Amino acid sequence: MMEEKVFTRTPGLTDKPFHYCPGCTHGIIHRLIAETMCEMGILETSIGVSPVGCTYNNYEYFACDMVQAAHGRAPAVATGIKRVHPNHTVFTYQGDGDLAAIGTAEIVHAAARGEKISTFFVNNAIYGMTSGQMAPTTLIGQVTTTSPFGRSADAQGYPINVSEMLATLQGAVYIERVSVTGVKQIRQAKKAIRKAFYVQQAGLGFSMVEILSTCPTNWGQDPVSALQWVDEAMMKQYPLGVFRGSEIEVKPEWK
Amino acid sequence: MNKRVLMKGNEVIAEAAVRAGCRHYFGYPITPQTEIMHYMARRMVEAGGVMVQAESEVAAINMVYGASAAGARVLTTSSSPGISLKQEGFSYIAGAELPAVVVNIVRGGPGLGGILPAQGDYFQATKGGGHGDYRNIVLAPASVQELYELTVEAFNLADRYRMLTMILGDGTLGQMMEPVAFREEEPIDSSDKPWAVTGFKAAEREHNTIQSIYIEADDLEALNNRLQDKYQIIRQQEVRSEQVNCENADVIVAAFGTCSRICRNVIRDAAALGIHVGLVRPITLWPFPDAAVVSAADQSSVQAVLTVELNAGQMVEDVRLAVNGLKPVYFHGRTGGNMPTQKEILDKIRSIVGR
Ligand SMILES: Cc1ncc(C[n+]2csc(CCOP(=O)(O)OP(=O)(O)O)c2C)c(N)n1
Ligand code: SF4
Repeated sequence: MMEEKVFTRTPGLTDKPFHYCPGCTHGIIHRLIAETMCEMGILETSIGVSPVGCTYNNYEYFACDMVQAAHGRAPAVATGIKRVHPNHTVFTYQGDGDLAAIGTAEIVHAAARGEKISTFFVNNAIYGMTSGQMAPTTLIGQVTTTSPFGRSADAQGYPINVSEMLATLQGAVYIERVSVTGVKQIRQAKKAIRKAFYVQQAGLGFSMVEILSTCPTNWGQDPVSALQWVDEAMMKQYPLGVFRGSEIEVKPEWK
Repeated sequence: MNKRVLMKGNEVIAEAAVRAGCRHYFGYPITPQTEIMHYMARRMVEAGGVMVQAESEVAAINMVYGASAAGARVLTTSSSPGISLKQEGFSYIAGAELPAVVVNIVRGGPGLGGILPAQGDYFQATKGGGHGDYRNIVLAPASVQELYELTVEAFNLADRYRMLTMILGDGTLGQMMEPVAFREEEPIDSSDKPWAVTGFKAAEREHNTIQSIYIEADDLEALNNRLQDKYQIIRQQEVRSEQVNCENADVIVAAFGTCSRICRNVIRDAAALGIHVGLVRPITLWPFPDAAVVSAADQSSVQAVLTVELNAGQMVEDVRLAVNGLKPVYFHGRTGGNMPTQKEILDKIRSIVGR
């Protein structure tokens, strides 16, 4: 019997091994974005923007042209790129510290301008790279290195639901929150990524996919319980779903 | 040269940029330079370009970073408080070796300061306000005609060296109207940008990355060495200055920009009293024209050097470094938007020479 290759690394990724911790879902998300670019035939015309955070060097992983941005500024950098290459696909990949704290102004205004870029917002409820500080998305009660007694609403305020917030802006035409904790969720995440690129290519406006992600290292959990924590704890605060653009149909040839 | 037209300094900057092939402008309003943005809002549409009003100067400079990475000739303009916000981007632009042109039409500081002309940003412009070992080329025009010519030149320098080039003007230059003669055609260096992110063809090149981060010590040192080598070449090849009436002078005055125009008039006032005053006007503030200052100061006739600035004494430090004890160096400055009068400067010269 002939051997059949059933899985292979996507050419959307370079062959450099990921440096992410065991059980970290950043790697899955990278693969989904890279596969989607390849399947849509846009790898050569895509330009990505890397954030500051654990994925600061994903310009080494994505096989398309990439620009590394200052902390939080990726949407402004992407705006500059897109205005020079309006027919290219431009995306940002950002964590919750990057996007929802230091880069709040940049993401809100890129969305409000209806900038024709796609943002992949990876929400792991913590600052990964700098070793587990509280993020704007940290849950009430969650222990972090800067909320050692658990985040208290009184002392540290409330989590920001970025998707719901951006969905109030007219320029943000497609906003969906997904997770990557199981096969079904991963399939849905990939569909959402594809739809975001589609919305951009159709020139409809700003698109964002928020992806709930794990940080077992800084949550102090093993990979399996980290996935459970996304499903059980994070999803209570951050329900999955389409917050904007559910009526937008992806054309059959894009499916 | 075409016939001369009367134009406001700020508008000339904008027109010069368009003529230099700039089709991407990102800015945030601030007095006394917002006319640049007003002009661009219309002119870029005509020229098939893009003017984006950013949400802040931080965003504007990061849009510049992106557009430059994408291979475009790109401009942002602001005034002092806005330039402070752009410092983050300046440092990243230096680290990523991207060409960009930035205009600072300086107003009085510190803080919100005032909207009147000043030169208090000399340190920030020439010594770097962002983090790390980097330099920007800094050009200091003194007339509207020169605003035009140096703005065009700034784009060529930025592309040639893949670095940020700043025009350091002030509220007077930006706001005043003077005749300007535009060339039929601009001297544009059309340099290839094989490093830019433009989308790639797998058959033609690898994917490009633009970055300023180097985690390994040796890699980061290699970047720094490359930058320093480049800066050394610029120090050798791009220094510009003007000397007026310096031969056999009694006193050499050093001044840049608007302030140099007042000093130029003092030459005549002093001559009427039998005092020979020469003027050294740095046109590049970085690289600083040390040799021009030294050649003027190191004449047996020269008793002293006087630096005049619209600040509390900033360029005078570079003048002192250049003169290096050869002659005494004096300073006269006004701040807050006030201008030294010709008489004030003349009195200072008279007190130095004792006549
Ligand atoms: C201006 C600036 N401030 C702070 C930092 C330090 N820093 C690096 S990564 C990071 C947090 C990133 O967290 P997040 O965006 O949640 O990404 P993650 O690492 O969790 O993927 C911070 C604060 C920096 N590099 N630049
Ligand atoms: S620190 Fe957290 S976010 Fe960063 S790679 Fe490790 S698990 Fe992933």
